[in-house]
Amino acid sequence: MAQLRVPITSLDHILGDDNAIVTIVEYGDYECPHCAAAQPILAQILAHFGSQLRLVYRHFPMVEVHPHAGAAAEAAEFAGTRGLFWQMHQAIFANQHRLSIPLLISLAASLKLSPIDLRDALASDRFAAKVRGDFIGGVRSGVNGTPTFFVNGIRHDSPYGVATLSSAIDQAILAAAA
Amino acid sequence: MAGTLAKGTRAPGFTLHVTPDQTLSLDEFAGRRVILAFYPADWSPVCGDQMSLYNHVLPEFRRHGAELLGISVDGAWCHQAFARDRKLHFALLSDFEPKGDVAKSYGAYRSAEGVAERALFVIDEKGMIVWSYCSPIAVNPGADGILDALEALPSVEKKHGAAKSTHNVA
Repeated sequence: MAQLRVPITSLDHILGDDNAIVTIVEYGDYECPHCAAAQPILAQILAHFGSQLRLVYRHFPMVEVHPHAGAAAEAAEFAGTRGLFWQMHQAIFANQHRLSIPLLISLAASLKLSPIDLRDALASDRFAAKVRGDFIGGVRSGVNGTPTFFVNGIRHDSPYGVATLSSAIDQAILAAAA
Repeated sequence: MAGTLAKGTRAPGFTLHVTPDQTLSLDEFAGRRVILAFYPADWSPVCGDQMSLYNHVLPEFRRHGAELLGISVDGAWCHQAFARDRKLHFALLSDFEPKGDVAKSYGAYRSAEGVAERALFVIDEKGMIVWSYCSPIAVNPGADGILDALEALPSVEKKHGAAKSTHNVA
Protein backbone atom coordinates (compact mmCIF):
# COMPACT_ATOMS: atom_id res chain seq x y z
CA MET A 1 0.00 0.00 0.00
CA ALA A 2 1.51 3.28 -1.10
CA GLN A 3 2.33 5.78 1.63
CA LEU A 4 3.03 9.47 1.64
CA ARG A 5 6.79 9.90 1.92
CA VAL A 6 7.06 13.68 2.04
CA PRO A 7 5.99 15.03 5.44
CA ILE A 8 3.68 18.00 5.69
CA THR A 9 5.59 21.18 6.52
CA SER A 10 4.95 24.89 6.75
CA LEU A 11 5.82 25.12 3.04
CA ASP A 12 2.61 23.22 2.27
CA HIS A 13 -0.74 24.80 1.52
CA ILE A 14 -3.02 23.70 4.32
CA LEU A 15 -6.75 24.34 4.60
CA GLY A 16 -8.31 23.62 7.98
CA ASP A 17 -7.45 23.10 11.59
CA ASP A 18 -3.85 22.22 12.51
CA ASN A 19 -5.22 19.86 15.18
CA ALA A 20 -7.52 17.99 12.79
CA ILE A 21 -7.70 14.24 13.34
CA VAL A 22 -7.49 13.51 9.62
CA THR A 23 -5.32 15.11 6.97
CA ILE A 24 -6.03 14.61 3.30
CA VAL A 25 -3.18 15.33 0.91
CA GLU A 26 -4.32 15.88 -2.65
CA TYR A 27 -1.92 15.71 -5.60
CA GLY A 28 -3.65 17.59 -8.39
CA ASP A 29 -3.29 19.17 -11.82
CA TYR A 30 -5.17 22.39 -12.63
CA GLU A 31 -5.85 21.26 -16.18
CA CYS A 32 -7.10 17.78 -15.25
CA PRO A 33 -10.88 17.50 -15.64
CA HIS A 34 -11.12 14.85 -12.90
CA CYS A 35 -9.42 17.22 -10.45
CA ALA A 36 -11.87 19.99 -11.31
CA ALA A 37 -14.78 17.57 -10.91
CA ALA A 38 -13.47 16.60 -7.46
CA GLN A 39 -13.47 20.22 -6.23
CA PRO A 40 -17.15 20.59 -5.22
CA ILE A 41 -17.13 17.14 -3.61
CA LEU A 42 -14.03 18.05 -1.61
CA ALA A 43 -15.71 21.29 -0.50
CA GLN A 44 -18.71 19.29 0.76
CA ILE A 45 -16.44 16.84 2.56
CA LEU A 46 -14.53 19.67 4.25
CA ALA A 47 -17.80 21.30 5.35
CA HIS A 48 -19.15 17.99 6.63
CA PHE A 49 -16.14 17.04 8.76
CA GLY A 50 -15.38 20.56 9.99
CA SER A 51 -12.48 20.80 12.43
CA GLN A 52 -11.85 17.05 12.25
CA LEU A 53 -10.39 17.40 8.76
CA ARG A 54 -7.76 19.44 6.97
CA LEU A 55 -6.69 19.47 3.33
CA VAL A 56 -3.18 19.82 1.91
CA TYR A 57 -2.81 20.51 -1.81
CA ARG A 58 0.34 19.63 -3.77
CA HIS A 59 1.04 20.08 -7.47
CA PHE A 60 1.22 17.20 -9.91
CA PRO A 61 1.05 18.89 -13.33
CA MET A 62 1.19 16.58 -16.35
CA VAL A 63 2.65 19.30 -18.54
CA GLU A 64 3.12 17.21 -21.68
CA VAL A 65 -0.62 16.58 -21.96
CA HIS A 66 -1.75 19.73 -20.09
CA PRO A 67 0.26 22.63 -21.48
CA HIS A 68 -1.09 25.24 -19.02
CA ALA A 69 -0.93 23.10 -15.88
CA GLY A 70 2.64 24.14 -14.98
CA ALA A 71 1.98 27.87 -15.29
CA ALA A 72 -1.29 27.48 -13.38
CA ALA A 73 0.53 25.74 -10.51
CA GLU A 74 3.17 28.49 -10.49
CA ALA A 75 0.44 31.15 -10.45
CA ALA A 76 -1.12 29.49 -7.40
CA GLU A 77 2.30 29.45 -5.71
CA PHE A 78 2.73 33.11 -6.58
CA ALA A 79 -0.62 33.89 -4.96
CA GLY A 80 0.45 31.74 -1.99
CA THR A 81 3.40 34.02 -1.26
CA ARG A 82 0.81 36.82 -0.93
CA GLY A 83 -1.47 34.75 1.31
CA LEU A 84 -4.02 34.02 -1.43
CA PHE A 85 -3.17 30.45 -2.47
CA TRP A 86 -6.64 28.97 -1.94
CA GLN A 87 -8.39 31.89 -3.62
CA MET A 88 -6.24 31.44 -6.72
CA HIS A 89 -6.61 27.65 -6.50
CA GLN A 90 -10.40 27.93 -6.61
CA ALA A 91 -10.37 30.58 -9.31
CA ILE A 92 -8.18 28.43 -11.57
CA PHE A 93 -10.37 25.34 -11.21
CA ALA A 94 -13.50 27.41 -11.75
CA ASN A 95 -12.04 28.66 -15.04
CA GLN A 96 -10.37 25.44 -16.15
CA HIS A 97 -12.23 25.32 -19.46
CA ARG A 98 -10.50 28.52 -20.60
CA LEU A 99 -7.12 28.17 -18.94
CA SER A 100 -4.36 30.28 -20.51
CA ILE A 101 -1.55 32.59 -19.43
CA PRO A 102 -3.66 35.74 -20.03
CA LEU A 103 -6.43 34.17 -17.92
CA LEU A 104 -3.99 33.54 -15.05
CA ILE A 105 -2.84 37.14 -15.26
CA SER A 106 -6.41 38.42 -15.15
CA LEU A 107 -7.26 36.12 -12.23
CA ALA A 108 -4.31 37.63 -10.37
CA ALA A 109 -5.65 41.12 -11.12
CA SER A 110 -9.13 40.19 -9.88
CA LEU A 111 -7.53 39.02 -6.60
CA LYS A 112 -5.77 42.41 -6.36
CA LEU A 113 -2.39 40.84 -7.04
CA SER A 114 0.10 42.54 -9.33
CA PRO A 115 -0.30 41.18 -12.88
CA ILE A 116 3.22 42.43 -13.69
CA ASP A 117 4.72 40.52 -10.75
CA LEU A 118 2.95 37.34 -11.84
CA ARG A 119 4.08 37.77 -15.43
CA ASP A 120 7.68 38.21 -14.24
CA ALA A 121 7.43 35.22 -11.88
CA LEU A 122 6.20 33.00 -14.72
CA ALA A 123 8.82 34.30 -17.15
CA SER A 124 11.64 33.69 -14.68
CA ASP A 125 10.37 30.26 -13.55
CA ARG A 126 10.51 31.56 -9.97
CA PHE A 127 8.15 28.88 -8.66
CA ALA A 128 9.03 26.10 -11.10
CA ALA A 129 11.37 24.34 -8.66
CA LYS A 130 8.69 24.28 -5.94
CA VAL A 131 6.17 22.80 -8.36
CA ARG A 132 8.66 20.22 -9.68
CA GLY A 133 9.54 19.37 -6.07
CA ASP A 134 5.88 18.65 -5.34
CA PHE A 135 5.70 16.50 -8.47
CA ILE A 136 8.80 14.42 -7.68
CA GLY A 137 7.73 13.98 -4.06
CA GLY A 138 4.41 12.71 -5.38
CA VAL A 139 6.10 10.25 -7.72
CA ARG A 140 8.19 8.90 -4.83
CA SER A 141 5.01 8.46 -2.77
CA GLY A 142 3.33 6.44 -5.53
CA VAL A 143 1.13 9.10 -7.09
CA ASN A 144 0.11 7.51 -10.39
CA GLY A 145 -2.35 10.01 -11.80
CA THR A 146 -4.53 12.91 -10.77
CA PRO A 147 -6.20 13.47 -8.48
CA THR A 148 -4.45 11.17 -5.99
CA PHE A 149 -5.46 11.47 -2.35
CA PHE A 150 -3.67 10.33 0.78
CA VAL A 151 -5.77 9.90 3.92
CA ASN A 152 -3.52 10.21 6.99
CA GLY A 153 -0.60 9.21 4.81
CA ILE A 154 -2.16 6.19 3.08
CA ARG A 155 -2.97 6.40 -0.63
CA HIS A 156 -6.70 6.25 -1.28
CA ASP A 157 -6.98 3.45 -3.86
CA SER A 158 -10.52 3.31 -5.09
CA PRO A 159 -11.99 3.03 -8.57
CA TYR A 160 -14.56 5.62 -7.44
CA GLY A 161 -11.90 8.09 -6.34
CA VAL A 162 -13.21 11.10 -4.48
CA ALA A 163 -16.70 9.58 -4.13
CA THR A 164 -15.43 7.10 -1.54
CA LEU A 165 -13.23 9.58 0.29
CA SER A 166 -15.80 10.25 3.03
CA SER A 167 -15.90 6.63 4.16
CA ALA A 168 -12.09 6.50 4.16
CA ILE A 169 -12.09 9.60 6.40
CA ASP A 170 -14.70 8.00 8.69
CA GLN A 171 -12.45 4.97 9.02
CA ALA A 172 -9.41 7.13 9.75
CA ILE A 173 -11.35 8.94 12.51
CA LEU A 174 -12.37 5.59 14.01
CA ALA A 175 -8.79 4.32 13.76
CA ALA A 176 -7.48 7.45 15.50
CA ALA A 177 -10.01 6.99 18.34
CA ALA A 178 -9.13 3.31 18.84
CA MET B 1 1.08 -19.15 -16.22
CA ALA B 2 4.82 -18.75 -15.76
CA GLY B 3 5.66 -16.10 -13.17
CA THR B 4 7.23 -12.76 -13.95
CA LEU B 5 11.03 -13.08 -14.29
CA ALA B 6 12.62 -12.19 -10.97
CA LYS B 7 15.71 -10.38 -9.75
CA GLY B 8 18.93 -12.25 -10.59
CA THR B 9 17.66 -13.56 -13.94
CA ARG B 10 19.41 -12.62 -17.18
CA ALA B 11 17.12 -10.36 -19.21
CA PRO B 12 16.01 -12.22 -22.35
CA GLY B 13 17.25 -10.50 -25.51
CA PHE B 14 14.89 -9.15 -28.16
CA THR B 15 14.69 -7.13 -31.34
CA LEU B 16 11.43 -5.27 -31.87
CA HIS B 17 10.08 -2.57 -34.12
CA VAL B 18 10.33 0.89 -32.57
CA THR B 19 8.95 2.61 -35.69
CA PRO B 20 7.41 1.06 -38.79
CA ASP B 21 10.85 0.89 -40.43
CA GLN B 22 13.32 0.68 -37.52
CA THR B 23 14.07 -1.98 -34.94
CA LEU B 24 15.72 -1.78 -31.53
CA SER B 25 17.56 -4.60 -29.71
CA LEU B 26 18.21 -4.96 -26.02
CA ASP B 27 21.89 -5.68 -26.97
CA GLU B 28 22.25 -2.06 -28.05
CA PHE B 29 21.89 -1.02 -24.42
CA ALA B 30 24.76 -3.18 -23.11
CA GLY B 31 26.69 -1.19 -20.50
CA ARG B 32 23.65 0.91 -19.64
CA ARG B 33 20.62 0.55 -17.44
CA VAL B 34 17.25 -0.14 -18.96
CA ILE B 35 13.73 0.06 -17.58
CA LEU B 36 11.28 -2.19 -19.45
CA ALA B 37 7.67 -1.24 -18.90
CA PHE B 38 5.23 -3.78 -20.35
CA TYR B 39 1.66 -2.50 -20.49
CA PRO B 40 -1.61 -3.82 -21.89
CA ALA B 41 -2.47 -1.29 -24.59
CA ASP B 42 -2.03 2.19 -25.99
CA TRP B 43 -4.90 4.66 -25.57
CA SER B 44 -6.10 4.04 -22.03
CA PRO B 45 -8.77 6.68 -21.54
CA VAL B 46 -7.37 8.66 -18.59
CA CYS B 47 -5.02 11.64 -18.41
CA GLY B 48 -2.78 10.08 -15.81
CA ASP B 49 -2.03 6.91 -17.74
CA GLN B 50 1.12 4.99 -16.98
CA MET B 51 3.13 5.97 -20.07
CA SER B 52 2.22 9.66 -19.67
CA LEU B 53 3.32 9.52 -16.06
CA TYR B 54 6.68 7.96 -16.99
CA ASN B 55 7.10 10.59 -19.69
CA HIS B 56 7.13 13.19 -16.91
CA VAL B 57 9.58 11.21 -14.77
CA LEU B 58 12.13 10.64 -17.58
CA PRO B 59 14.62 13.23 -16.21
CA GLU B 60 14.73 11.27 -12.93
CA PHE B 61 15.24 7.95 -14.72
CA ARG B 62 18.06 9.45 -16.81
CA ARG B 63 19.69 10.97 -13.75
CA HIS B 64 20.08 7.37 -12.60
CA GLY B 65 21.58 6.43 -15.96
CA ALA B 66 18.52 4.49 -17.09
CA GLU B 67 16.72 4.46 -20.42
CA LEU B 68 13.01 3.67 -20.50
CA LEU B 69 11.40 1.39 -23.09
CA GLY B 70 7.63 0.84 -23.20
CA ILE B 71 6.41 -2.46 -24.69
CA SER B 72 2.93 -3.57 -25.70
CA VAL B 73 1.45 -5.78 -28.40
CA ASP B 74 0.18 -2.74 -30.32
CA GLY B 75 1.55 -2.28 -33.83
CA ALA B 76 4.26 0.24 -34.69
CA TRP B 77 1.80 2.57 -36.44
CA CYS B 78 -0.46 2.56 -33.39
CA HIS B 79 2.52 3.32 -31.14
CA GLN B 80 3.52 6.16 -33.43
CA ALA B 81 0.09 7.78 -33.20
CA PHE B 82 -0.10 7.24 -29.43
CA ALA B 83 3.39 8.62 -28.80
CA ARG B 84 2.62 11.67 -30.91
CA ASP B 85 -0.68 12.31 -29.15
CA ARG B 86 0.81 12.01 -25.65
CA LYS B 87 4.07 13.72 -26.67
CA LEU B 88 6.13 10.80 -25.37
CA HIS B 89 9.89 11.27 -25.33
CA PHE B 90 10.88 7.62 -25.09
CA ALA B 91 10.65 4.58 -27.34
CA LEU B 92 7.59 2.33 -27.53
CA LEU B 93 8.37 -1.17 -28.79
CA SER B 94 5.92 -3.29 -30.69
CA ASP B 95 5.67 -6.89 -29.47
CA PHE B 96 3.39 -7.54 -32.40
CA GLU B 97 4.79 -10.38 -34.51
CA PRO B 98 4.98 -13.10 -33.32
CA LYS B 99 2.44 -11.55 -30.99
CA GLY B 100 3.53 -11.20 -27.38
CA ASP B 101 6.68 -13.33 -27.77
CA VAL B 102 8.87 -10.95 -25.78
CA ALA B 103 6.24 -10.47 -23.07
CA LYS B 104 6.00 -14.27 -22.81
CA SER B 105 9.78 -14.58 -22.45
CA TYR B 106 9.59 -12.22 -19.44
CA GLY B 107 6.59 -14.06 -17.95
CA ALA B 108 4.50 -10.96 -18.58
CA TYR B 109 1.79 -12.07 -21.01
CA ARG B 110 -1.93 -12.58 -20.40
CA SER B 111 -3.01 -15.30 -22.79
CA ALA B 112 -6.73 -14.92 -22.04
CA GLU B 113 -6.76 -11.26 -23.12
CA GLY B 114 -3.87 -11.42 -25.57
CA VAL B 115 -2.06 -8.46 -24.02
CA ALA B 116 1.04 -7.82 -21.92
CA GLU B 117 0.80 -7.54 -18.14
CA ARG B 118 1.58 -4.28 -16.38
CA ALA B 119 5.06 -5.58 -15.57
CA LEU B 120 8.18 -3.55 -14.80
CA PHE B 121 11.82 -4.65 -15.06
CA VAL B 122 15.00 -2.78 -14.17
CA ILE B 123 18.01 -4.23 -16.01
CA ASP B 124 21.58 -3.37 -15.03
CA GLU B 125 24.65 -2.67 -17.15
CA LYS B 126 25.42 -6.40 -17.38
CA GLY B 127 21.99 -7.32 -18.67
CA MET B 128 20.74 -8.78 -15.39
CA ILE B 129 17.28 -8.12 -14.00
CA VAL B 130 17.82 -6.33 -10.67
CA TRP B 131 14.15 -5.62 -9.90
CA SER B 132 10.79 -6.63 -11.28
CA TYR B 133 7.17 -6.04 -10.39
CA CYS B 134 3.88 -7.18 -11.88
CA SER B 135 1.00 -4.87 -11.01
CA PRO B 136 -2.69 -5.81 -11.00
CA ILE B 137 -3.78 -5.08 -14.58
CA ALA B 138 -6.14 -2.26 -13.60
CA VAL B 139 -3.66 -0.49 -11.31
CA ASN B 140 -1.12 1.96 -12.68
CA PRO B 141 1.96 0.94 -10.66
CA GLY B 142 3.45 4.43 -10.66
CA ALA B 143 7.19 5.09 -10.75
CA ASP B 144 8.17 4.84 -7.07
CA GLY B 145 9.25 1.18 -7.29
CA ILE B 146 11.44 1.86 -10.32
CA LEU B 147 13.13 4.85 -8.65
CA ASP B 148 13.69 2.88 -5.43
CA ALA B 149 15.32 0.07 -7.47
CA LEU B 150 17.54 2.51 -9.37
CA GLU B 151 18.57 4.21 -6.13
CA ALA B 152 19.62 0.85 -4.68
CA LEU B 153 22.12 0.41 -7.54
CA PRO B 154 25.67 1.84 -7.30
CA SER B 155 25.77 5.53 -8.14
CA VAL B 156 26.36 6.31 -11.83
CA GLU B 157 28.68 9.20 -10.90
CA LYS B 158 31.66 6.88 -10.39
CA LYS B 159 31.38 5.59 -13.92
CA HIS B 160 31.02 8.97 -15.49
CA GLY B 161 34.24 8.69 -17.53
CA ALA B 162 33.30 5.28 -18.88
CA ALA B 163 29.79 6.40 -19.70
CA LYS B 164 31.09 9.37 -21.66
CA SER B 165 33.35 7.22 -23.85
CA THR B 166 30.49 5.05 -25.12
CA HIS B 167 28.44 6.65 -27.85
CA ASN B 168 24.78 7.33 -27.30
CA VAL B 169 22.71 4.57 -28.86
CA ALA B 170 19.16 5.79 -28.52
